[in-house]
Amino acid sequence: MPIQEIIDAKTAAGLVRRGDRIMLPSFLTVGSAPNLIDALVETGTGDLHIICIATDFADRGIGKLVTNKQVRSTQTSHIGTNPSTQEQYTSGDLEIEFIPQGTLIERIRAAGSGLGGILTPVGIGTDIEKGKEIQEVDGERYFLEKPIFADFTFIRAHKADKFGNLIYSKTARNANPVMAMAAKITIAEVDEIVEPGELDPEHIITPGIFVNYLVLHKE
Amino acid sequence: MTAPDSTIIARRIARELKDGNVVNLGIGMPTLVSNFVPENVHITIQAENGIVGIGPIPEEGKEHRDLINAGGGFITETPGCVYTDTALSFAIIRGGHLDMTVLGALQVDREGSIANWIIPGKFVPGMGGAMDLCAGAGKVVAALKHVDKKGNSKILKKCTLPLTAYRKLNLIVTDMAFIEVTDEGLVLREIAEWTTLEEVVKCTEANLIIPDTIGRFS
Repeated sequence: MPIQEIIDAKTAAGLVRRGDRIMLPSFLTVGSAPNLIDALVETGTGDLHIICIATDFADRGIGKLVTNKQVRSTQTSHIGTNPSTQEQYTSGDLEIEFIPQGTLIERIRAAGSGLGGILTPVGIGTDIEKGKEIQEVDGERYFLEKPIFADFTFIRAHKADKFGNLIYSKTARNANPVMAMAAKITIAEVDEIVEPGELDPEHIITPGIFVNYLVLHKE
Repeated sequence: MTAPDSTIIARRIARELKDGNVVNLGIGMPTLVSNFVPENVHITIQAENGIVGIGPIPEEGKEHRDLINAGGGFITETPGCVYTDTALSFAIIRGGHLDMTVLGALQVDREGSIANWIIPGKFVPGMGGAMDLCAGAGKVVAALKHVDKKGNSKILKKCTLPLTAYRKLNLIVTDMAFIEVTDEGLVLREIAEWTTLEEVVKCTEANLIIPDTIGRFS
């Protein structure tokens, strides 16, 4: 495996272009990449499409990008903790595709795994079934959900080795390992970078083959 | 008249837990269920943000920034707890590996449908993991007040809000009644001590099937 380039958060955020699709793992800010998000806020790069579990809070985590009006649209499962997302959605400034959390993550996993989509029963009989292709498998109804890709994923991990192999911290793992698989460029913000061989291979969650750049987290 | 204690719903639901159950408790009132688990019943609590085996709330100063439940509250680990990524977390939820989930609700109806993710034009939190939980959990329990602030029934003939799940509920537990959802309709199993059958029927828009024997809970 190649040694991954270590860059700073500003350089990483500078790679993002107007209109890009970005996956941001985070669960109410836990597992989000704070230095990378702050650096992206600093660039002011706009018209972004954000793929996330939830838009966190108006002043913390992913919500900072929404509050700073950098987000054109989002695919997410929850915005209830972020009044600024709610306001922009209600006023029509922000487009939202609401996706059940398990379906969202599985569509991302499909993208990273070379699959053409998933068949899910979640939401059968509700509004989200509308317009979807229904398939019956052994008498059960499912509908087709397509893969979700991104240009960038900003990962938050605890430790990396120089190959980009990653381990996580507690519930900060959440969407990180899955979103790491589905972007053209995956950038990981980590607390510590160690030599290859220092991480126990049995403990590594994300293989470095999914990671393109490392950023050392600063408090 | 109102229920004497707002924990009445959580206390009644807790009595449904069996030793060894793996459960997911929704945000708010459902989370309280874990405070009333009967003695000699040991359960494993899963949360969709990626943990199986949630422990109690940490002492002040002992919080870990990376250790939260699905409501964002700090938690602790139990011995033998496991962290999972979101895909595995929802494989557990959707794949039938949970014995029970308890969810708050805005409305429920006689077919066992539940609405809790959107009031169009007014309140749009999103569904989070609620649709997945309804689709996959062994027993789906709705925990809600029987009537809204204006006194209107939340147990309807048919939900008027967009559904979170169509015909997935097994139990409806309110501050007034314990209701089982069956193919025949809603069966009134128990009434809260503080109220009466007449009052429960009056406060329920959906038709209730009333068996000869009805229990009491408090």
